[in-house]
Amino acid sequence: MSNKILEVQDLTIDIPTPSGTLHAVQSVSIHVDRGETLCIVGESGCGKSLTSLAIMDLLPRKAVRKATRLELAGESVFDIGERRMSDIRGDRMSMIFQEPMTSLNPAYTIGDQLTEALRRHKKVSRREARDRAVFLLEKVGITAAASRLGQYPHQLSGGLRQRVMIAMALMCGPDLIIADEPTTALDVTIQAQILHLLAELQREFNMGLILITHDLGVVARIADRVAVMYAGQIVETGTAKQIFKNPAHPYTRGLLACIPIPGQTARGAHLGAIPGIVPSLVGRMPGCHFASRCSEVRDNCTTAPIPQFEGAEPGRSVRCLLADEATGREPAREGAA
Amino acid sequence: MTDVIKTPVGGQGGSILSSGLDGVLEPSPGSLLRKRIFGHAGLMIGGGVLLIIFLMAILAPVISPGDPYDQDLSRKLIPPVWHESEKATWEHPLGTDLLGRDYMSRLFYGARISLLIGFAAMLISGVIGTTLGVLAGYFGGKVDMVVNFIITTRLSMPVVLVALAIVSLVGSSLTVVIWVLGLLIWDRFAVVMRSATQQVRGLDFVAAAQSLGCSTRRIILSEIMPNIANQLIVIATIEMAHAILLEAALSFLGLGVQPPDPGWGLMIAEAKGMIFFDAWLITIPGVALFALVLSINLVGDGMRDVTAPENRN
Amino acid sequence: MIQFALKRLGIAILVALTVSMLSFSMIYLSGDPAVALAGEGASQEDIENVRRVYGFERPIIVQYGDWLVRALQGDLGHSNYLKSDVASVVFERLPTTMLLGASALAFALILAIPLGVVAAIRANSMIDRVALTIAVIGQAMPSFWFALTLILWFGINWRMLPITGTASWLNFIMPSIALGYYVTPAVMRLTRAGMLEVLSSDYIRTARAKGLRPMTVLFKHALRNAIIPVVSLSAVQFGFMLGGSIVIETIFAINGLGFLAWESIQRADLPMMQAIVLVFSVFYILLTFLADLLNGFLDPRIRVA
Repeated sequence: MSNKILEVQDLTIDIPTPSGTLHAVQSVSIHVDRGETLCIVGESGCGKSLTSLAIMDLLPRKAVRKATRLELAGESVFDIGERRMSDIRGDRMSMIFQEPMTSLNPAYTIGDQLTEALRRHKKVSRREARDRAVFLLEKVGITAAASRLGQYPHQLSGGLRQRVMIAMALMCGPDLIIADEPTTALDVTIQAQILHLLAELQREFNMGLILITHDLGVVARIADRVAVMYAGQIVETGTAKQIFKNPAHPYTRGLLACIPIPGQTARGAHLGAIPGIVPSLVGRMPGCHFASRCSEVRDNCTTAPIPQFEGAEPGRSVRCLLADEATGREPAREGAA
Repeated sequence: MTDVIKTPVGGQGGSILSSGLDGVLEPSPGSLLRKRIFGHAGLMIGGGVLLIIFLMAILAPVISPGDPYDQDLSRKLIPPVWHESEKATWEHPLGTDLLGRDYMSRLFYGARISLLIGFAAMLISGVIGTTLGVLAGYFGGKVDMVVNFIITTRLSMPVVLVALAIVSLVGSSLTVVIWVLGLLIWDRFAVVMRSATQQVRGLDFVAAAQSLGCSTRRIILSEIMPNIANQLIVIATIEMAHAILLEAALSFLGLGVQPPDPGWGLMIAEAKGMIFFDAWLITIPGVALFALVLSINLVGDGMRDVTAPENRN
Repeated sequence: MIQFALKRLGIAILVALTVSMLSFSMIYLSGDPAVALAGEGASQEDIENVRRVYGFERPIIVQYGDWLVRALQGDLGHSNYLKSDVASVVFERLPTTMLLGASALAFALILAIPLGVVAAIRANSMIDRVALTIAVIGQAMPSFWFALTLILWFGINWRMLPITGTASWLNFIMPSIALGYYVTPAVMRLTRAGMLEVLSSDYIRTARAKGLRPMTVLFKHALRNAIIPVVSLSAVQFGFMLGGSIVIETIFAINGLGFLAWESIQRADLPMMQAIVLVFSVFYILLTFLADLLNGFLDPRIRVA
């Protein structure tokens, strides 16, 4: 029995659009262990949010999802039907969304929205559900928790609402939590608190955590492992340490060059920026997706699909021909995140 | 924490949809619009029917088989040609009414009345409603409160009843009906233009114009108005259809178009007593009225879809 | 909530006062109200008599104040034509019209809300298209013609329903449909649009992410929010329907307020016309006020200010 909470292999998401099929996510493979934090990093539109929605089976109806494997604790949860999937959602894996201001139903009280998932999934009395809600609200650092139950979302600040969302995700004691940019919409000071809280709770309850973000600062703080996404593909994976110390993909290096490092980056020095724009994912693209913006591009980068190469250390992989030359290794089988 | 990702274009998810498509293969906006117009079934059908009715109205003197006012009791109540009756004749394709007047001619001339009243009343209410709505939306505050109050007051008065009462007190004529309707149905213009103006007002180019010191008049006319014109046209079609229906109802109740003029509502009223025996007298002007209102609504819906497809739902 | 209610009430009263002023001044539209009231062929002496009895020689503002004070006491004047107290006639007719309006609204809502919900869930499907087509067609049919068509088929050709009067509940079926169908498209479109918007909202995604059953998501989380604007619209439409009752009651010979209004207009019975306009307007104002309160109840963002 492995320690894997989630295993995703070759996840593909296609979205039909008037101008052709949008290949939004292409052959993404990731896994998360119990008690582990996986950060998926990438810029807007790279497919990271769609990936998280696909795991929960919450994609928009017109999106087409394919995968060779989608397992929660060794059990397939791919295309098992809405009824069985709804038994799993909120119970064994739950999700925290980006927009705390709009993710709570304005018409119902916090207490009602906290307890309904528990009442749906577990046989508990109203009383027990309420007690659990109060316990978790305190856990996420909300004062006067009992009196908050009767309040409506609009009476709470964004930070408080996101704490409520976290408590809500924890109600049934899930094995896995997916947090999709949970701090993007919040004030900078609140961001740190929420992240700290998430990391702490994850350790305490020994859950798997997938944190989706575009913010490398966040990654540096709480990631165990990192998957960097670009234009629908995972371009590099590795431990947080590996990625930050020794980025192998030109895109990852470009990203890292954009952050100032206190003490190292000279005052007034230019921060990096990646030239060019993200390519359209409508239609098939031969070769490397990053080629048009890459400073080290070669002729053979744009002719054939680039496989994911396994790196020297286990768990490390790079989708780049240069890295292959550097390590001299054979291509890994697809999906070794 | 700093946002480290630099995305030069747009930033949001839309960038992957749009970028890379710019340039060579993109059709021009004009041809796209034409394509959307001709690909829109409702707009084409509505536009077609409206055109036919419009031609009926304009060409009434030329294409009418007879005189709409010419009474002849000896030929009264001839059924239309599709009826299995020996009286039916191609001389009167739609038959004749109680007074022996040619029904098709009355129908054609009636189109003139409906279109005239609908258009004129819409124009009056459009001017009133748009002025109120734009002022309220642009200035907000006290102006908005006052306009809102006027709208609420107007909405609380039942249109048909008030229109009937006023027409009966002032005396009925085409002009009176147009003015009464025009003065009563501006509410939707005001409500929609108010919220449209509020939206446009908050946009950057208006702030830019303000900071450049443009006069209020200029900002409203050249910055606000062009941006709410789409919605204005859609409301105009809705209200024109509304005015036509109201005029027909007033005429049906005897206080709109006065005999012997051939208003469609009046034609239905005159035939009301014949429902047991000659129901076609009611059906024909009813279908005409229905087709006219339907076609105007279809054109309005179609224009909204074509000019702003994202607002479809 | 109380503050919200009081503010709404204040506005409602102000609107009612304005409307009363407008319906009062209506009698001056015909020129000299004394001439109109005295009727055709009245002598100069009669006219002067009327003028004195009604107090038309006083300043308008005094007349209005006087009329308003009496109206507030339930005295809406005297009908010369019916030789009777206006208020008693109006309130005798009112229940019939209310009944008609309520059953028409019920018909519209029962048809429109489920159609709107289904159309939103299956957006762009066959059902959606059919529902939209019904809406477009419904909005284009003149109510009086539709009423006559109903009479022609259900009353005359098939003899299924009584044509006129108020003898039994069967008499109310056709008038309710004829009055209510016009509201159906608006309610349906608003329900559909509301549901579409709500269904794509973040909190519906949250509800689904919690693993709630589809029916719970649909009815508890979506419809509850989508229905809020429908409440206001229903109140407004009910008011419009009361106005429209004048046409429908005339056609079906239903002895309600609408029919009375038409009769009074035919007879130039000014006090009666004034009173009916006022009653309809005040009722509409009351209705929208109640809808505001109901909205406050449904939407906590309004309630808990």
